Amino acid sequence: MTEGGATVLDGKIPEGPIQGRWDQHKFDVSLVNPANKRKYEIIVIGTGLAGASAAATFGELGYNVTAFTFHDSARRAHSIAAQGGINAAKNYPNDGDSIYRLFYDTVKGGDFRSRESNVYRLAQVSNEIIDQATAQGVPFAREYGGLLDNRSFGGAQVSRTFYARGQTGQQLLLGAYQALARQVAAGTVELHTRSEMLDVVVKDGRAVGVVVRDLVTGEVTAHSAHAVVLATGGYSNVFFLSTNAMACNATAIWRAHRKGALFANPCYTQIHPTCIPASDEHQSKLTLMSESLRNDGRIWVPLDTDDKRPPNEIPEDERDYYLERQYPAFGNLVPRDVASRAAMRMIEQGRGVGPLRNGVYLDFSSAIDRLGKHAIEERYGNLFEMYERITDEDPYEVPMRIYPAPHYTMGGLWVDYNLMTNVPGLYAIGEANFSDHGANRLGASALMQGLADGYFVLPYTIGDYLSDWLNTEPVPTDDDAFAEVIAEVNERNERLLAIGGTRSVDDFHRELGKVMIEYCGLSRSREGLEKAIAEIKALSAEFWSDLRVLGDAESLNQSLERAGRVADFLELAELMCRDALDREESCGGHFRVEHQTEDGEAKRDDENFSHVSAWEWVDAATPQTLHIEPLTFEYVPPSQRSYK
Amino acid sequence: MDLTLKVWRQAGPEAEGAFKTYEATDVSPEASFLEMLDQVNEQLNAAGEEPIAFDHDCREGICGMCGVMINGHPHGPQDGTATCQLHMRKFNDGDSIVIEPWRATALPVVRDLIVDRSPFDRIMEAGGFISVNSGAAPDANITPVPKEAADSAMDAAACIGCAACVAACPNSAANLFTAAKMQHLNLLPQGQPERYTRAVAMVETMEAYFGSCTNHGECEAACPKNISIDFIAMMNRDYVKAQFKNLARAGQA
Repeated sequence: MTEGGATVLDGKIPEGPIQGRWDQHKFDVSLVNPANKRKYEIIVIGTGLAGASAAATFGELGYNVTAFTFHDSARRAHSIAAQGGINAAKNYPNDGDSIYRLFYDTVKGGDFRSRESNVYRLAQVSNEIIDQATAQGVPFAREYGGLLDNRSFGGAQVSRTFYARGQTGQQLLLGAYQALARQVAAGTVELHTRSEMLDVVVKDGRAVGVVVRDLVTGEVTAHSAHAVVLATGGYSNVFFLSTNAMACNATAIWRAHRKGALFANPCYTQIHPTCIPASDEHQSKLTLMSESLRNDGRIWVPLDTDDKRPPNEIPEDERDYYLERQYPAFGNLVPRDVASRAAMRMIEQGRGVGPLRNGVYLDFSSAIDRLGKHAIEERYGNLFEMYERITDEDPYEVPMRIYPAPHYTMGGLWVDYNLMTNVPGLYAIGEANFSDHGANRLGASALMQGLADGYFVLPYTIGDYLSDWLNTEPVPTDDDAFAEVIAEVNERNERLLAIGGTRSVDDFHRELGKVMIEYCGLSRSREGLEKAIAEIKALSAEFWSDLRVLGDAESLNQSLERAGRVADFLELAELMCRDALDREESCGGHFRVEHQTEDGEAKRDDENFSHVSAWEWVDAATPQTLHIEPLTFEYVPPSQRSYK
Repeated sequence: MDLTLKVWRQAGPEAEGAFKTYEATDVSPEASFLEMLDQVNEQLNAAGEEPIAFDHDCREGICGMCGVMINGHPHGPQDGTATCQLHMRKFNDGDSIVIEPWRATALPVVRDLIVDRSPFDRIMEAGGFISVNSGAAPDANITPVPKEAADSAMDAAACIGCAACVAACPNSAANLFTAAKMQHLNLLPQGQPERYTRAVAMVETMEAYFGSCTNHGECEAACPKNISIDFIAMMNRDYVKAQFKNLARAGQA
């Protein structure tokens, strides 16, 4: 519960009718004259959807951009793996969609814990994103007449999702990457690959640059700019097993947090209902099976807990299509948090399927009968192949087995309406920030948010800050402020290498993941969270005394890279648990067993918790201080989310 | 299952490399190839030896980071499968597996199994894009795209940029990669204004780094996304046509 002393944050939301706020704001923010743009330096960290689109757009506008990715190419960002699609309010299917409806569905889907104005803006620019992507040559699926096709996604009763087979993220990222490549060739963007940002440099209260480590040579260098943009993705890998890529991490935003940037709603994590279940201890990640599959697949478990028959031998009347039963209006297309909890309940009741009884069925037989195998192949071909390679089972013949897995994080750095953190000159975009999705993200909206931020929001709002610094040079990199941070970064790496213990990084990471998924996953309790905090503290102490990282810092050293990321995850994990403890309600992906309705749905406390919790770093030995941003809902009256 | 691995180790770009032999014991058939390497690395770490460095990320066959020669086959024995998607059930107890990085002059070794694929980005920077500034695009449905064309463009666009094609090619050519990237855009109406300048720029950049194509077709066989060499034929046509095109008259019917 927040005390009267917690600072109330100002999101700098514009006034007036919501439909006009963004347009008015674009007029009100200070512009940077075209001839002046070339006087500015902007640093962009991360080259996924948000980072690549922002860097490319800044370059097109005439700014000087230095972009960093820790991969070998900008196209490797994990945005590439997003499967199902991207939402927009075009209403091409003529089924009742509009900007207002997309806004409404997203606020409701976020369980009334997001800023209405941000979400409205997101819905508003969604259409421009589709136009931009199409113009870039993104090969969206088409109808026979040559126009764009749509499909439905969870949490919506209209068909508003644009897609490219089951590889939409790949194609959208390639569009942004290609735009970035064009700017690199044009000389407006200098792109550094295999370079990892390890800290932000703050001087006189504002962000002035970053410290970066070359992952091949180990060289640690300083880079300065007028503004720094973090586009480094989400932190689902705190659970070790997630749908994220192996290198995904929280380091950039965590170091920014330690330098003063508030971290908002860290406990809002999304567990995606349809992933391939774990089969063994050796498992390194959980593979996502796109939500779009729930368009045509029907989810069920055997009615009888003792039913061990192969699925094709279980007749219809002995199956429980539990989502269709519990939520008639939305059926298999309920939002992710609702679907994940429902699956967990079935598994807890002993009705899980598969060798480890840890899955539920996603069955395509009805759709194959109705549409034919070829139609299903067209829509989901690559996903079915992916499933078969991993499990050696053919989803055209037997139902898929699926299981909830950590996938997306709604929490992240706090940002205002201009996407600036509370540290002047430091911006956060895409999954790295907290805004827009509230306590639960709807399917097909992450791609929408990353590109909205990068193509159509930040390029406008960054001018408002930059114009204050016209005709100033970035702080020189030989300034003490940079030297201090370089020393900190080097000292930290040396420390990790010097521990000389017995346990590997992955060993610690796996253990952290188990604690987090058990106590801070789908379902949380006071007792569990307090236990988790104690266990994490103990694990962290052991990490810093028993870690073994071989090799040195002056060459390519993947263990050292991972060690730094896990050290940050250990601190973040503690904050997530504290945030979950503090939020005495259930909303979206944050489910406290003490706060649920009679039928097991999330029970919000709008009177006491209709706010953003933004945490301020104090020091390594002291828990963060809480600040709040109250949320008001003028247009979408908060209600108990019902998908029945 | 127990396996004998012969793995290329090389401390840095200038260092001499060599094969080292490791025993991978108690490997589950359900484990993926990279999870098997993780297991070996944990053993090495415990024994005080530096782990094997290899590129990987998504572990679901889409990012293009991973890629090693497995017994002489890029990405291993399974058709249309990236290294990270290969599971150990494709091998037998007692098998010996030779694991090495992509071999090509244009893709120098960085460390152990990691190579530098930056020439691919140079090819993209030369012309693998459609020039449209953010915000300048017309409504998406203004330009209908025949479904079959959109599907072919998508087939080409599925290239993950892993460089298995280069590794498989006896000449270390990058024609399949370049053709896929080029035809993705050249097959779409939106790509037409720059079709011929794109073809020339991308081909000429490619030729600065890679070998020549003599139609072996090893690339298509090795490609984890089954990209077709038909795209190479289309690229060659566009390149030849570009030599005769008078772009000043391109606006005429």
